Amino acid sequence: MSVGLVIVSHSAQLAAGVAELAAQMARDVVLVPAGGTDDGGIGTSLEKVMSALEKADGGDGVVVLTDLGSAVMTAESALEFMGDPENVVLANAPLVEGAVAAAVAAQSGAGLAVVKKAAETALDPAGGAAGADAAGGAVGGAPAGRDPAVGLPAGATPTAQASPEGAVTAMLTLINPIGLHARPAATLAGALGAMDVDIDINGADGQSVFLLMALGAGQGTELHVTATGPDAQRAVDLVRTEVENGFGEL
Amino acid sequence: MTGSGNGSGQVLDAAWAIDWLRRSAAVVSENRVALIELDRAIGDGDHGENLDRGFTAIVAKLDQETPATPGAAFKMAAMTLMSKVGGAAGPLYGTAFLRAGTAVGDATALDASMLVAALTAARDGVVARGKAASGEKTMIDAWTPAVEAAAAEAAADGGPAVVLAAAADAAEAGAIATDPLIARKGRASYLGERAIGHRDPGAASSALILRAAADAAAASAGSAAGGSAPAGSAS
Repeated sequence: MSVGLVIVSHSAQLAAGVAELAAQMARDVVLVPAGGTDDGGIGTSLEKVMSALEKADGGDGVVVLTDLGSAVMTAESALEFMGDPENVVLANAPLVEGAVAAAVAAQSGAGLAVVKKAAETALDPAGGAAGADAAGGAVGGAPAGRDPAVGLPAGATPTAQASPEGAVTAMLTLINPIGLHARPAATLAGALGAMDVDIDINGADGQSVFLLMALGAGQGTELHVTATGPDAQRAVDLVRTEVENGFGEL
Repeated sequence: MTGSGNGSGQVLDAAWAIDWLRRSAAVVSENRVALIELDRAIGDGDHGENLDRGFTAIVAKLDQETPATPGAAFKMAAMTLMSKVGGAAGPLYGTAFLRAGTAVGDATALDASMLVAALTAARDGVVARGKAASGEKTMIDAWTPAVEAAAAEAAADGGPAVVLAAAADAAEAGAIATDPLIARKGRASYLGERAIGHRDPGAASSALILRAAADAAAASAGSAAGGSAPAGSAS
């Protein structure tokens, strides 16, 4: 299974259209539109939203995307009515771009938090970068506690890739002809999104398909990869393998 | 207790809650066009129609089933309004009734202090859901003075009918006081200063609904408590 998506819009046609569009890049993701009122008018309906949430939840959770203000209120009301389930989250994201980004992330097996983040960073690389910085700062505080383990005795030689902060780094060169376009970006962001890692690729959050695409990295571009967290080594190894294999395009 | 003259011994049961909802439906229906006109001036013009649809659906449900407690009646109203209204008023009023229902729990009868708790929870729900504050030309400008007036009456040992009458008076004054405000929330906020001079439709409908609660309580006091309560409510 994967994280499911619910699209809440004032218009039934708009919700269905967004779901249709996002499904193009996410064939296995359950995308449920909940648009319009019960009688087909413009507006939102608690009953429609709650029934959509039920359909979309395959066990890995649901990310809800909404359009205008009262759709947000209806979605929030639905969660309150259901006793605020932990596995349903609202994304504060633009509907179309957010739905596509979230669908791509969900298709790649990413977890609930990462799918939500994919939606929320879809349109605003600056906001996304700021978010990443904030997260980096939080993680940067934690390594103070981890330092004793990483700060090895003078005689011990850390691996070549481990920086003093415990980060795993790599410098890689894109060799496939088109570089880091949509499909490779989705592959990377999706796989990295399923890991417990903070990973930066040339200043972009490696778990965000849109931020990776926004790098516009073509053939020959050098990628500076820096990862921290429990899955840091695994994450960098994955990026290295994909880049060296040209994302299967060679 | 019943001899205090202000109805402080009165309690309100499920029959009152049902009567409140039915009176709300009637008053919303009567004022449907007026609410549409208010909303047309500063919003999208559907407030009266949406609210009428929601309360009409509540009445249809009440014709089929009779909630056993005030809390059950509030929760039924909440679910129905959220599902049938369509616009922002649905989740806002729905949340108000939902939180009020949670506040009173399974109680079969509400005294003045429980009513204040219910009104406070309802107001807090509207604030949380709408993310608005007082003075932003929203229904909160009716609800907050209503809650404050109700609390003051309850503290002065007023009974439920007196408490709700005070809440309704304050809500009406609060709605009128939205006339000169600039809207900060919802579609009216797009109008800037052009919203000045127009009453907020949500505050206006809130005043109508709280008046319906007071009228239902007055009717309940008149029918249930013999001579003393009507004397109190008439003073």
